[in-house]
Amino acid sequence: MTDSRLSIETIGLTKIYGSGNTEVVAMRDASMQVNRGEVVALLGPSGAGKSTFLTAVGLINPPTSGQIRIDGQLVMDGPHAKVHLRSFRRRHIGFVFQKSNLIPFLSAIENVQVALELNGESPRAARRRARELLEYLGVADRSGNYPSMLSGGQQQRVAVARALANRPSVILADEPTAALDSHRGRQVMELFAKVAHERGAGVIVVTHDQRSLDVFDTIYEMEDGVIHRKAHQAATGPTGHRR
Amino acid sequence: MMLAGKDIRHNFGRFALTTFGVGMLLMVVMGMGGIYRGIVEDATLLVDRVGADLWVVQRHTRGPFAEVSRIPMNLADRVAVVPGVQQAREFVYHTIQREREGRPLRMAVLGLSWPVDRGEWIPLTAGRPLRQGHFEMIADESLGLALGEQIRLAKDTFTVVGLTRSMISSSGDGIAFFTTRDAQAIQFDVPGEAVRLERAARKARGEQSDIGSQQPILLEQSQLPASALPPIARPQMSAVLVSLEPGADPRHVAAVIDGWGDVSVYTREGQRNLLLEGTVEKVRRQIGLFRALLTIIAAIIMALILYTLTLDKLHSIALLKLIGAPNRVILGLILQQALVLGIAGYGIAYAVGQRLFPLFPRRVILTQADLLQLGGIVLAISVLSSLLGIWKALKVSPNEVLS
Ligand SMILES: Nc1ncnc2c1ncn2[C@@H]1O[C@H](COP(=O)(O)OP(=O)(O)OP(=O)(O)O)[C@@H](O)[C@H]1O
Ligand SMILES: [Mg+2]
Repeated sequence: MTDSRLSIETIGLTKIYGSGNTEVVAMRDASMQVNRGEVVALLGPSGAGKSTFLTAVGLINPPTSGQIRIDGQLVMDGPHAKVHLRSFRRRHIGFVFQKSNLIPFLSAIENVQVALELNGESPRAARRRARELLEYLGVADRSGNYPSMLSGGQQQRVAVARALANRPSVILADEPTAALDSHRGRQVMELFAKVAHERGAGVIVVTHDQRSLDVFDTIYEMEDGVIHRKAHQAATGPTGHRR
Repeated sequence: MMLAGKDIRHNFGRFALTTFGVGMLLMVVMGMGGIYRGIVEDATLLVDRVGADLWVVQRHTRGPFAEVSRIPMNLADRVAVVPGVQQAREFVYHTIQREREGRPLRMAVLGLSWPVDRGEWIPLTAGRPLRQGHFEMIADESLGLALGEQIRLAKDTFTVVGLTRSMISSSGDGIAFFTTRDAQAIQFDVPGEAVRLERAARKARGEQSDIGSQQPILLEQSQLPASALPPIARPQMSAVLVSLEPGADPRHVAAVIDGWGDVSVYTREGQRNLLLEGTVEKVRRQIGLFRALLTIIAAIIMALILYTLTLDKLHSIALLKLIGAPNRVILGLILQQALVLGIAGYGIAYAVGQRLFPLFPRRVILTQADLLQLGGIVLAISVLSSLLGIWKALKVSPNEVLS
């Protein structure tokens, strides 16, 4: 029954915060399928439940009910973990969040390196790969700086480098380009698309940036906790890649 | 990657200051132990250095250091003829407090049995032992007297001919060594007016008694110095120090002297224990309790510091969990910092203490065993105090990265 092409599959995810009269249903019966190599945009007004959905898929915010499958493997069944979540995240999932999420006492390159070392990479190899990634993202010249000395956009690119470091099969990004100018923002989106297409990763990006929507293969919209598919991109993005 | 080290490097100033504070605290703990060792050492040093095999003191007293012991001067001669005794020395010991250059000068006056004992056994840092029966003294450096300096005590002027170090009474005063006669002169110094009053009182007593009216010559004699009056006891001393002949059984000799009924006898070990139990025991308990308290306070402060250090890193810890760091890594981060804090603090305590303790008025002795013991305690409290932070860190959810 598992579709080998599927990278991410959620079935009827529901999340209820609190209880009694403070109860908030943040996500209701959210189902989504993301193929390997597919780049998905998730749109929606503030408070719609986008972050709730993304963190559920990222295995850091267990749903109240519903299932999550990653690479065909059942990982969450309701609030119950079916795998060791932390090591699963380490090996399979890359995160980028709106706010900078770097470790303040590590330099830019160390922030990337630590993710690699946690996955068993030797310090030397990790350092080399971290440098490559920073070069790739155009922040190699700031690799020795602490996050507090980097601009918001530079921090964001370091975070992207870290998310890509372990070649994850799933990349989850929550408004990753909010701190970037439109040019850089688009570059990051294109980078996600490239990683998805080249390596067959499944990518979900929460975004408000209407101008970059052409980069995505599929667009979902979320409102009041309910997800529905908005459009399948008819035209090809600038990467010229279609599946 | 050594995350703990990276964090310390990043917040170096704050961490260094914290470590210094912990170091100072540990230095006090270390110092308390050292002060206790110093007191024990000071208390027993004299007994050890004097090197008597037996101490003969007033019956039922605990010797010259614990309480006042008065025995007659002729006791030395009585002891000297006991079989097995090689030498019996007079020993006078009392504490005086005088004024010198407007400041109190407290010293323990110790009389040496001239001419048998000229203080050759005293380790001198300058000068020489006593060379004449009067008016010379050997002073402990802590008294602040210089070689050749003259001070007036009783009716005489004494010259400092030798200096010694670490000869301290059990109450912490420096010891000055005199001949027994001089020591007694200092102790029993009576002003002229008191002597005149005493003689008048003696005469009055004589006139009222039958013997005084029957033998008027006795009344005349009451005007003579006390030392010239056979029925009036001569000045008394504190103890007799006994050196035994080689092979003599100290218990046997002690039993003989003890049998006389007017004195008590202690072995060197016995005298040592009396000192430790009597004078030092309370100090030991006092310092021990204080030390335990300080150790607990140090542990609490370290726990608070490590807890706040962890709180500051909570976001980073959540992030580490998010990117899949196992608990081992997070535990290591906190534990390593705790150990760095403890070990560096201990190092600072030792380094600063080494320079500071010699300036203390009383001796602070750091023994290897005490240092090792404190090191063990520091390691233990480092680990224990990090538990609070570890508990907090393990509780944080990776979700909190977003908040
Ligand atoms: N920890 C929480 N406890 C209670 N309610 C929560 C919690 N997190 C989110 N919510 C509520 O769930 C709903 C969805 O929140 P969520 O953060 O998923 O929205 P969002 O779509 O990401 O919004 P934005 O675009 O502003 O980031 C909101 O009404 C929010 O108030
Ligand atoms: Mg959000």
